[in-house]
Amino acid sequence: MVRDSFIKSLIEIVGESHVECSEAGLMAYSFDATPNFQSKPDVVVSPANTEEISQIVKLCEKHQVPIVPRGSGTNLAAGTTPTQGGVVILFNRLDQIIEIDEENLTITVQPGVITKTICDTVEAKGLFYPPDPSSMKISTIGGNINENSGGLRGLKYGVTKDYILALEVVLPNGEVIRTGGKLAKDVAGYDLTKLLVGSEGTLGIVTEATLKLIPKPETKQTLLAIYESIDQASQTVSSIIANKMTPATLEFMDQPTIHAVEEYSHLGLPTQAEAVLLIEQDGPHSVVSEDIEQIALLCRKEGAIDVKIANTEEEANRLREGRRAALSAIARLSPTTILEDATVPRSEIAPMVRQINRIAEKYNVRIATFGHAGDGNLHPTCMTDARNQEEMERVEKAFEEIFAYAIEFGGTITGEHGVGEMKSPYLAWKVGDAGLEIMKNIKAAFDPHNIMNPRKMFAKETRKRIAL
Amino acid sequence: MSTIQKDFEERIEENELLNCMRCGFCLPACPTYIETKSEIHSPRGRIALMKAVRDGDIDSYEQVEESLNVCLGCRACEPACPAGVNYGHMLEEARAIFQEHNKPSIKEKTVRKTVFKQLFPNQKRMEQATSLLSFYQKSGLQKTSRKLGILKLFPKHMQQMEKALPQVSKAERSADTVFKAEGDTKATVAMFRGCLMDTMFHETNQSTIKLLNKAGCDVVVPNTQNCCGALHGHSGEKEGALDLAKKNIQAFEDVECDYIITNAGGCGAFLHDYHYLLRHDSIWSERAKEFVDKIVDFSSILIKLGFIDQHNLQVSPQYVTYQDSCHLRNVMGVYKEPRALIQAVQGGSLVEMEKADSCCGSAGIYNITQPDMSMQILDHKMKHVEKTYAQTIITSNPGCLIQMRLGIEREGKSDSMRAVHLADYLLEALVN
Repeated sequence: MVRDSFIKSLIEIVGESHVECSEAGLMAYSFDATPNFQSKPDVVVSPANTEEISQIVKLCEKHQVPIVPRGSGTNLAAGTTPTQGGVVILFNRLDQIIEIDEENLTITVQPGVITKTICDTVEAKGLFYPPDPSSMKISTIGGNINENSGGLRGLKYGVTKDYILALEVVLPNGEVIRTGGKLAKDVAGYDLTKLLVGSEGTLGIVTEATLKLIPKPETKQTLLAIYESIDQASQTVSSIIANKMTPATLEFMDQPTIHAVEEYSHLGLPTQAEAVLLIEQDGPHSVVSEDIEQIALLCRKEGAIDVKIANTEEEANRLREGRRAALSAIARLSPTTILEDATVPRSEIAPMVRQINRIAEKYNVRIATFGHAGDGNLHPTCMTDARNQEEMERVEKAFEEIFAYAIEFGGTITGEHGVGEMKSPYLAWKVGDAGLEIMKNIKAAFDPHNIMNPRKMFAKETRKRIAL
Repeated sequence: MSTIQKDFEERIEENELLNCMRCGFCLPACPTYIETKSEIHSPRGRIALMKAVRDGDIDSYEQVEESLNVCLGCRACEPACPAGVNYGHMLEEARAIFQEHNKPSIKEKTVRKTVFKQLFPNQKRMEQATSLLSFYQKSGLQKTSRKLGILKLFPKHMQQMEKALPQVSKAERSADTVFKAEGDTKATVAMFRGCLMDTMFHETNQSTIKLLNKAGCDVVVPNTQNCCGALHGHSGEKEGALDLAKKNIQAFEDVECDYIITNAGGCGAFLHDYHYLLRHDSIWSERAKEFVDKIVDFSSILIKLGFIDQHNLQVSPQYVTYQDSCHLRNVMGVYKEPRALIQAVQGGSLVEMEKADSCCGSAGIYNITQPDMSMQILDHKMKHVEKTYAQTIITSNPGCLIQMRLGIEREGKSDSMRAVHLADYLLEALVN
């Protein structure tokens, strides 16, 4: 618990109306989108600028009070749940687009700008910011930077880290640094920009960012392919890439997902189908239509029982509907929905999905898998009930085994959601003990008093590795 | 355990609360979150607060109640929710619980008693009050009190001024009557006239009936029907709502019809919820279901019967924009039909405003109970309206219509802009 004098000091920095410590106010910031994690902060503040943030950080350092920077709280790994109490810093007053530089193709923004606002603003100027996490309608760019968020366009365009050129950051001692610049080339020292992207608020507070933009693709076309065997779908993904094509979207749904979607939105998907691929290509007209035609041929060649190409935007929307409804369809089936993001090299999708389905059966839990087939980023999604202790234990065991297999296949425990507190016991499985040690040392170098989002990324104890 | 917590435990289903994944997809759809950028005023924040009350994790009930009171109840969060959480139902139940436990101030009691027990359930009093409004509008009082807003003045002074008002002549009332279809009868429909619609917007009801006749409907207007109870339900006056629901179900059971028509999104959605409202009543829930299955908005039926193919619709050249009725859109799922009707009118060019699907801040009696937030939302709404250069704002609910007129007044645009109900606009287009 923080003292009243601490709250008074915060009020002096940001003003009374920007400090929230009512019981309801703290309850409303006691969670993010992670099931089963909830804990109230001591106070919530909305600073107006970098200077105020620097002062808040200095105050927290002095009193050893934890800081949790929070965008819109859509985190799925308890990265923004204030489990150690302390100060939640909001960026709702730092929500301005500072500059669009059409000569250097950059946009400079404050951390509280909504991702979709950035996309819409630059697209109106014929430019493109590709990272598109599913929460983009409400996620903030600051949150995306701290989580290194991915999205549907990852295969062709990469993820958030590929578009961050420069940052302004308040360090845990209150100092303000600027990293990078509007530069394609910059090798002056360690790449702090890349280090800070994806650091989950454990190293500092991002207060400004310059993002790289690219020209907006001329057009886009959509195709849906249905398979009776998951191997054929997986083989299609490999063939497309082997044929030197990189689709803008290459999404996948497995049989349990197809069942759920069909039950929910009655799109006429055959429920005997083991897999559905949603494929989109963007770029110049001539390239797009040629690619889509060739992809359709490959789908059929690999054994797709049905291939639909959209001729209009309306038809494209209909084809996208199934994949778009996947989470809704699954979430409605149970009180608790746990959305994971085990990721494997794309060549391993079929064996991985088979393992997931086998594991679900073994532990008698319901898991449906969909995700980004193009980059191997799967979302095994568990339908369960957090009140059922015994089932939750089985769910945890199932996910442990899924993580272990993902690593076995050359993959990772998290492709885009982050480690947070939820997956911190498994981090060493992926990075190794020595890897974890060096990460801890980096953390200590930045934040010797461990005030920045404590207990995130690094668990008290690593989970005992399971034998496969 | 407090009695409030006990009531939450008994009346707000745990499964429904747990259904909320807290994913945050509701945030961009929520007008009060957009205005405040605070989770206290977001749907998932309010659900977390309701859950905290139920679980005994919070003591400051007045803070929870305040959060629920700031909610517009527009239910825009429901279509945005991946998990299909029935937010509106939980909200109304929670408000009802707080209302039952409250000792309201004498002033609030008076207003509530006047509005919910004397005014809305009583069609004759509604007529007198309506005359009050028309007196107020015509007397010049309106201009001098523009800053106060029509409705802010209206209820406060209702009791005193009611006595001084002339009565609306009975001839203007729509009695238990049948209005025959023009040409062959394609459907028989019963009209839910609504208390506000039947008084303040009497003409709109007449327009709606004419349109329905032209589309081939025999229209019956049952005389024993009542106020739908929406304003009661949204304000925690649950008993009053239940009573009105039963009266209405009875009234429409006595009429043979294919559909029950509404022309007010707010009423339609509440009628639609009768089945939920009466779910614990074994006899009434069946009757409610039959009633609910027949409810449709007039715009849906016009589209269904091919009205736009049978008639030439024309207005003088103008830009028009459409403000969705939240409950028509979010609860009844009707948003394409009004637009299709508007687009069928020659001369009127539909320019969609940004966030047409977001609440205007009217929200039942919200603009009376939460005037600051309501006006903040309205002023932002008017900015979006201005960008369309529309001369005509079309809506499909009386609350929205009053609010949009208030918006026009506040912007000082009453010379160049108007707000009309869809039915009146269509009839205008038909007559031209």
